[in-house]
This record gives sequence, structure tokens and C-alpha cells, in this order.
Amino acid sequence: MKNLIKISFLFATLAVVAGGVLSSCKPKGPAEVSMGDAASKVYVAPGKYDEFYNIVSGGFNGQIGVYGIPSGRLFRIIPVFSLSPESGYGFSEETKPMLNTSQGFVPWDDLHHIALSTTNGEHDGRWIFANGNNTPRVARVSFKSFRTEEILEIPNSGGNHSSPFITENTEYLVAGTRFSVPMGGKDVPISSYKENFKGSISFVKVDSISGEMNIAFQLRTPGFNYDLSRAGKGPSHGWFFFSCYNTEQAYTLLEVNASQKDKDFIMAVNWKKAEEYIRQGKGRIEKAKYAHNIYSEKTHMATSKIEDEVLVLDVTEFPDIVYFIPCPKSPHGCDVDPSGEYIVGSGKLAAMMPVFSFGKIQTAIANKDYEGDFNGIPVIKYEAALHGEVKKPGLGPLHTEFDEKGNAYTSFFVSSEIVKWNVKTLEILDRVPTYYSIGHLCVPGGPTSKPHGKYVIAYNKITKDRYLPTGPELTQSAQLYDISGDKMQLLLDFPTTGEPHYAEAIPAGLITPNSTKIYKIEENENPYAAKGESKTKVERKGNEVHVYMTAIRSHLTPDNIEGVRVGDDVYFHVTNLEQDWDVPHGFAVKGATNSEILIMPGETQTLKWKPTGTGVVPFYCTDFCSALHQEMSGYVRVSPAGSSTPLKFSTGKTEDQNSGAGK
Amino acid sequence: MKRLIYVPLLLLLACGQQQSANQEAGATLESTGGGQSTVQDETSEPDVVRVAVNSPLHTTLVAALKGAEYVDALSNAGPFTVFAPTNEAFDKLPAGTVENLLKPENKDALRNILEYHVYVGVIKEEYVQDGMTLNQVNLDNVTLNKKDGKITVNGAKVLGVVKASNGVVYVIDAVLLPPDKK
Repeated sequence: MKNLIKISFLFATLAVVAGGVLSSCKPKGPAEVSMGDAASKVYVAPGKYDEFYNIVSGGFNGQIGVYGIPSGRLFRIIPVFSLSPESGYGFSEETKPMLNTSQGFVPWDDLHHIALSTTNGEHDGRWIFANGNNTPRVARVSFKSFRTEEILEIPNSGGNHSSPFITENTEYLVAGTRFSVPMGGKDVPISSYKENFKGSISFVKVDSISGEMNIAFQLRTPGFNYDLSRAGKGPSHGWFFFSCYNTEQAYTLLEVNASQKDKDFIMAVNWKKAEEYIRQGKGRIEKAKYAHNIYSEKTHMATSKIEDEVLVLDVTEFPDIVYFIPCPKSPHGCDVDPSGEYIVGSGKLAAMMPVFSFGKIQTAIANKDYEGDFNGIPVIKYEAALHGEVKKPGLGPLHTEFDEKGNAYTSFFVSSEIVKWNVKTLEILDRVPTYYSIGHLCVPGGPTSKPHGKYVIAYNKITKDRYLPTGPELTQSAQLYDISGDKMQLLLDFPTTGEPHYAEAIPAGLITPNSTKIYKIEENENPYAAKGESKTKVERKGNEVHVYMTAIRSHLTPDNIEGVRVGDDVYFHVTNLEQDWDVPHGFAVKGATNSEILIMPGETQTLKWKPTGTGVVPFYCTDFCSALHQEMSGYVRVSPAGSSTPLKFSTGKTEDQNSGAGK
Repeated sequence: MKRLIYVPLLLLLACGQQQSANQEAGATLESTGGGQSTVQDETSEPDVVRVAVNSPLHTTLVAALKGAEYVDALSNAGPFTVFAPTNEAFDKLPAGTVENLLKPENKDALRNILEYHVYVGVIKEEYVQDGMTLNQVNLDNVTLNKKDGKITVNGAKVLGVVKASNGVVYVIDAVLLPPDKK
């Protein structure tokens, strides 16, 4: 026995020694990459706050995730283009209009890109903008309430990918079509692409006070695919840059047919010039149906309006609005550095990356240094616009963000890495692998004039073995790197919801002082609000029954309702009377075919319920609100259709002899 | 001495460079780290503790709640019905009673008395019925009476009723003393 112990001890010692000696010979795996003081750099102690909010698109879940950086903790999921049974968004009568479109109720979208509002090119902490890729839409989310306040449909678009990038002072956000399509729903052969298909770039004006969005004008552009874009800033303010692919104008097997040319285009748009033409009345009005949905914090209700026309400028008729710059092989990212002078084109199939100079582009235009035209639009000579090329940076460059020290960070999907390089010298400074297959990346303030070059976050497309497996469907992974030194250092993996497509990060100090705590009950203008228990009532209007209900710790008023009949449409208008931070109440009724509703303090929300059978049906508060949460419930009696059970409602009223408080 | 001067200078320099993005708009960097009573919130309606704290009539009660480490519990979601004796009510107790109860060794006795003033649940004025009993947090009962619209609890007069975010406060003119344990 003793021997056995000795032997195993010996083995253990040997193993430790061997481990120490041999570990340096092993290939560097993921476990070895993150090391040193990484843990302390991402540890945010209990009760401490993160330094940055990370506003992360949920991609195909149609939502936005709100995370803390550096901890990677998830704080909130904001439903935008998707239903949320958690809050009742898209299910409650008040929020259903948010998802209205010219096609009717569309309860899902593919939310790709985030743009945070800026003033003078810097984050101002007011709004989050996001695009719906599939049924073209843009959305505005409030940084006070972290709720979706507005959704605007984009007509004449085949898919709103190149969006919602914004100008320096949030004057405009853009919505460029990914797919060119025939305008006005024309029924034409697909093979008539070159003749009939057009691109459409919408400039959406953002009201500087309310944030309300309206389509100011649309540019009608040549038919190819508009991928991504960025506004100019500083010297290039007044311009917008869009990456374009499929200048081959292929309409089938784009995988092959849209990769024929050596170069596609970056499209430079002088939007101030376009504004001028619009002011001069040169835009033409075209009929187009699109929904404009606004949520009011006063009424706690959304309204949806169908608009019916847009103002259009055909760029072929106004030759000084748009210029093409040749860019190698299907450019994807098109990113402008903090100075506004350099525009990085990322040809996703190219082995180098061109960096264009805004100054040179202006000189080339002044000198008409063109190599020709495309459909009458001047094509600037590649060399005339070029600042220089980043040689052999990696495989499959996609997107570039910047720090405040003149460095750029580019994601490479094919070679799965982030490459740091100097914007002026174009010299490659460092590279780190990502696990696995990075798409977008984010430096806090990285697309603005004021980056905070402390971190870069990778949003990866492939997860495989990075976490405990959960069957075939895996979470998608974000990775946090410290970029404060010369070398990038991997600090943390954190899981995300949906597809973390693009994200921005903003200093927490710009957001936290303005965050809404409660809605004031006296300011509630919902027509169905019961602003006090004495205002509660039940009204019948034909087969509609309206219950004006209140919720406060720990009862619902009324909690006994009789006189509802099978086949009625019952509307529970629930007002949360609480005026206390973080005391929402929920409401659910058995058999409802929609969801619960979650009602914030001072707010009114409405759940529609159609009873299908007789009986007594319970309803209750779903949000654990208090020690008597389980008691917060009630009954609604459902009588047969056509019955004469009188309409009755009460709370705390006992009608038998043996019940009630004190009995 | 020279060294002493250099060190703080260096520290100052380092701090200047390390200014974090969080400080941009002078935002709070962290939670207060205490219980719910320490949460910074000027927006919400006051809870039962803040109702007492804001009342000049209740300084003794507040001191007792603090002594019994009871303020966080009563700042919680509740809901609570609190019977809040005024300073005068405490003054009616035999001399030295309050001072004695505030001694650390008497914390359990103090808690027992305070818990006899708290019911978990909101009993609004209109729900009070004559002869109604409430089982208090310390597990003893109080009896409410209602005569000609005037409410008493164990004979103590209700001087006023104040709604709070997490319940209701009945201001009373006597301290409620729990029955002796057998």
C-alpha cells in the first residue's frame, strides 16, 4: 500500500515536471492564448458597473442585445422587429402597430447593423438605430427607455442591408438596397435586369429634437448590389460612401457570376448636393406605399400610418451627385477613419485592401481624372483616388474600425483574424486569431470621430467547441481583446443571443444619468388608463368587453369579473399604479392565444382575450412583484353566448357569509 | 523628503492618463453596495422607510429601525402595513425604555417590538373592519377596531394614514407592546 502511494506520488511529480518542461513545445491552443492578467481586466466586481455599453444586433432574431464591456454580461434584450412574449411587444394592442408594414403585420426581421446617434461625429447617447434587412425597415430605439420608439418602412428597396449608417450630426441615416429590383412592383422577366432593375438609396431625415424619421429623398442608382456604407466626417462631412458588388449585374448564381470583374465600385455620394437639388424642387414625386410606426410614451401606444409617396432623384440626371471609385473584388466593408480623410474598401475576395483619400478624390473630380463612366456616372481613376494599399493583410477582409492613435483594426473572415495596421503608413502592426470566423468587429466609438481604443470586440460566425455544447444549435460567440498596448490580447469569450451581426460600444457615462426609472402616472394619456382603483370599470360594447384594470402590490382591481360571454372580445387594459423603480407587474389569463403583457410603473398595456368556452378562468400577475405575488390574481366568469349573466366587477367584496378579511 | 514629493506627482500623472470612459458625463460608477435602502432614487414615490425618515414626528422610530437593522427589509418590495408610533408615543413609555432597547444586547427584544408593528400585506383604510385581527411579522396578533370611521389598533389611535410605494403607514399615538410570551 505504501509503495502504491509512493509510486503514484512519483508519477504525479514527474507529470508536473514534464508538464512544466513540455508545455512550451505544444502548439498554442485557445487555452494558452488568453493568459496573464486577463481575468482581472474583465472582472467587474459585484455591484460595480461596466465601463461601456455594448449595443449588439441580434441578427436573425430581430432584436438588440445590451451587454457590458469588459464583463460581457447581458443586461437586456430589446425587441425591435420581432415579437417578444416576455414583454408583450408585438402582442399587446398598444405595440402591435409597431410591426405593421405595407404588407401587413410582419413580426420578424433580420436586424444587421447598429448606428448610435452622434453630434459633431461623437456619440451623444440619444438613440440607437437599426435596420431590418428582409422587409426593408429602419428602427429607432431610445437610450432613455431602451425601447423601440419608431419603425419606418423603406419602399423601393429589395432588402435593406446598407443601413442605418448615419451622418456626423445624425442629420440623415441611409437605407441602401442590397438587391436591386424593378421599381414600382413592375412585372418583368428576371432576365431584363440590366434594363429594368434599379438601385435605391434612401436618405432618412432624423429630427434633431424628437428623433422622428422621415424619408427625405431617394436616389435612383444603377442596378447592382449595395452592401455597406459610412458617412464622411470632418473634411468629408457632406459625403457618403457605399460599397457596391455585382457590378456585373448578374441575376443568377451570383457566387460565380458576380465575381467576374477585377474591380467593383465604392460609390461616393455628395448628399449636400442632393439636398440642394431637392431644395430647388428637382426631385420627382413617386407613388410608394410604406408604413411609419411611432410609439408614444405619453399614450403608451403605437400608431401606424401608411405613407404613399417619396421624392426621387435619378442620379443619371444629376451628374455631380454620384461618383464611382473602382475597388477590388466585391467590396464589403467601406469604412471612414476618425479624421474623415481615409476610406477603407474591403474587397472580400481580394488579397489586398485599398485605402482611398478623400482629398485625392476631390482633386480627381476637380480635374475630371476619370477612366470612363458607368451608365453616365463618372468612374474616377483608381490610382487618382488611392492613398495606398495594405499588402497581403490576410484573407477575406470584411470590416474596419479605428482607435484614436491612427490605427485600424480589420476583420478577416477567411483567415479568421483581426489585423491591426497603421492608416497612414499602411504598415501591418499585429494580428490575432479569432475563434472562429469573425464577421463584424467593434472598437468603442470606433466608427466615430472619438474612438476609445481600449478594446476591440470580435463577433464570430462559428462557435463549434468554444463552449459547453448544446446540441446542433449553438450560441454565437463574441470575443474581447485588449488593444491598449502594442499587441492585442484576448481577454474573454462571451456568448450572445441570435447572431451578433454588428455592434457599437459607448461609454456608460453617456447613458446612465438619463435612464428612465418610472413613467409618471399623472402623465399617462392612454385612453384606457385607470389612474386609480376608483377609476376601474368593466364596459360592454356589443361583443367587446373592456376591462379597465389596475395593478398594485398585491392585487388586481377588479379581481372578480362576471358577465363575460363565450365569443366576446375581452380587452384587459392594465394600468400599473406603482410609482416605484423596478416594480413592473405582469398580466396573463388562461387560454390567451398571444402572450403575457409586462407593464412598467405608470404604464397601461392591453391584452386581448377571446374566451372559447364557459367556466371560471383565473388570471394573475406574472412578474414576481412582492411577498404576496402569488395572491395577486383573480377570476373571470364566462357564461354561454347570449346568456343574461349581469356584468359585475369588484375587488375585496365578499358576498357569502363565511369569507373575507377578519373572518 | 524629496522622494515623498515625487511619488504623489507620479501618481497624479498616471491617474490623469487612466481616466476612464465611464467618467465622461460624471455618471455613477457603481451601485451603492448596501441594501435596498441605500439605492439612489429621487424619482420613485417614497417607500415606508422614507416616509418615516421624511417625517419629523418619527425620529425615534427611525433610530429604532436603524438600531434593529430593519431599514433594508422595509425598503424591500414588501408589501407592508406599518404602524408607526410618533416620538410622543415613545415618550409615553417608562423612562429609559428606548435607550435600553437600543443597547446591542437587547437587539432581539427591539426587533420583536418593531416586528409587532409590521404586517406583510397592504391593508388600506377602506379594508379595515371592526374587530379585524392581523398576524404581525413577529407572529403575534394585533386587533383593529373601527368605530364611527375612527380606527384604533390595540387601542392606540390612528392619527393619519400615509400611502407609500411599497405599502401603507398608519401613524399611531402609542407603541404597541407584544403580549408576554408564555
